[in-house]
Amino acid sequence: MSSAVRSPKYAVGRVVLGLLAVALVPAYAQAQSMDIPRTVSGRPDLNGIWQALGNAHWDIEPHQARAALQMVPGPVVPVPSQEVVAFGALGAVPPGMGIVEGGEIPYLPAARAIREANRENWVTLDPAIKCYLPGVPRATYMPFPFQIFQSERAFFITYEFAGADRNIYLEDPGPPQVDSWMGQSVGHWEGDTFVVEARGFTGQAWIDRSGNHASYQLRVTERYTMTSPYHIAYEATMEDPGTFSRPWTISLTLYKNVEDNARIGVFKCVEFVEELLYGQYRKIP
Amino acid sequence: MGSTVRYPRKSVGSEGGRKMIVRHSALFLVLCLGIAAEALVAPASAQAQSGQWVVRRTADGHPDLQGNWSNATLTPLQRPRGQALVLSAEEVARIEQGRESVVIERAGASDPDREAPPAGGTNPICIDGAMTCYNDVFIDPGTRVAIVNGEPRSSLVTMPANGRVPPLTAEARQRREESQEFNGQFGLYDHPEVRPVAERCFVSFGSNAGPPMLPNGWYNNNYTIVQTAGHVLIMAEMVHDARIIRIGDGPRLPSHMRPWLGDSWGHWEGDVLVVETTNLHPLQSYTSKSMKVIERFSRVAEDALLYEFTIDDPTTYTEPWGGQVPMNALEDELYEYACHEGNYALSNILQGARYEERVDAQDLN
Repeated sequence: MSSAVRSPKYAVGRVVLGLLAVALVPAYAQAQSMDIPRTVSGRPDLNGIWQALGNAHWDIEPHQARAALQMVPGPVVPVPSQEVVAFGALGAVPPGMGIVEGGEIPYLPAARAIREANRENWVTLDPAIKCYLPGVPRATYMPFPFQIFQSERAFFITYEFAGADRNIYLEDPGPPQVDSWMGQSVGHWEGDTFVVEARGFTGQAWIDRSGNHASYQLRVTERYTMTSPYHIAYEATMEDPGTFSRPWTISLTLYKNVEDNARIGVFKCVEFVEELLYGQYRKIP
Repeated sequence: MGSTVRYPRKSVGSEGGRKMIVRHSALFLVLCLGIAAEALVAPASAQAQSGQWVVRRTADGHPDLQGNWSNATLTPLQRPRGQALVLSAEEVARIEQGRESVVIERAGASDPDREAPPAGGTNPICIDGAMTCYNDVFIDPGTRVAIVNGEPRSSLVTMPANGRVPPLTAEARQRREESQEFNGQFGLYDHPEVRPVAERCFVSFGSNAGPPMLPNGWYNNNYTIVQTAGHVLIMAEMVHDARIIRIGDGPRLPSHMRPWLGDSWGHWEGDVLVVETTNLHPLQSYTSKSMKVIERFSRVAEDALLYEFTIDDPTTYTEPWGGQVPMNALEDELYEYACHEGNYALSNILQGARYEERVDAQDLN
């Protein structure tokens, strides 16, 4: 891949592609209601710090507010599980209209049963509680910002949560050589939309706090479309024939942080879960 | 620090690229800019015509530092005493062939008649600490000595002139003693907090993401650089640590905010990216409250960056020190170093220690 970047033949190809691309740009651009920032080659400029609003990170399906993610049977009605009782109102799940097109994730029966089991054991099973890398698409709508670095030759996203990173390759390096939490991503432009194909996942990441999940066979097709200088319409289509009966799509808006001197913070979080993961193995004096 | 390599600015296109603003409503201008931008990012054709390497430039006219790089090298951080900065051809051959023969020897077939190894193994690199029993499948410290300005180097440190990290100040020695005294209350395996930061999967062993960004002598000394007008992002493969360097000036973090990779600000001095970092995390490899790291990145060849660093910390070192590290083009992609997610070692180490304590207690009874 690196050697291809340097060859003169490739450079000629870039010029031809560039000419084709810039010829197509105005037609798409005229459809926009607002001027969006563009790079020197005329692509939408997605550089910046972005974050989702709303409560999709709790549960991507439409949901009523509930007392806790993890409930156990009570003497009268189900009550919050002991681990989350201390959090009171802050442990309760706020309501959300959901981001799943059509409202419901089309699970196969066995996969739906896994979701229910995940939900009943949220505290012990949600990988994000352990500060594991959030995966795709969950990283996008975690309640943490992320930053896009877009140049003529590269597209890189770094997420505040767990310091997760994705180098979105602009040339396909071929099938992923190993599975990974954040997957292997390859991006291309379709008009003004940046389309990312992500695959090569471990299957261990969840999709939200409510136990929604997929397997290592998951393929995610993301579409990033700027609808104003401050908004990205984000869509992600999930395909995983062992988990879902058909492909399904989420859509949400990403908002740009326009504060002066905005920056994403460092939330590695590994150091914050040591007591959770290793506290039980401490020496007792 | 050594001489800084400068290259003349590319005369065509760079000024225009800096001044023009794209307006999508003007097809003609967009078309022109598209051609200009493609010309800027494709100096390979210019190179083919002149036969001479021309530094690739970004749309805003700066040298393009982007790509995948490796700073793996057989040259150590500090110079062995009595050696000169520049290695002779014989010394280079001894170091590089020495490493090669070790790799070949260890990759050889095992003796089928060998005895069972003693409990605990025989590997000399098995040490009682963070690094235990890795073989050559894991280890990739590099195959070449560091070449800077055409010179094979005996050490990465070039300042002071003896190639050694200067002595600690009295204040720093006292800090170290206090820290050792505090940690001395605990056994090596009593708590996660007394284990090294790399074992806890916070950052690399060594100082990969740094700053300063140094090879760790073991493996994965790989980096991806992405460069925009406002930022330079450097991702170190260890431990998927992305440094965000802001270009320009702005409010620094208050002194009590000390993120893992510090607070980095960059500016261009001619064709050199200069980065100043403060607010380093107290658990990082090289750090103190008053430490400042200056880094200089120069694109010196199609397949090499020169990385220079200076550490300025009068409370810790008796004089400033620094060095030069070549970063060579990496003909490969980086992998996700998901250290924490697979960190069975830390819980096993602690559980093992608790098990031994139980066994010892039973023996006593």
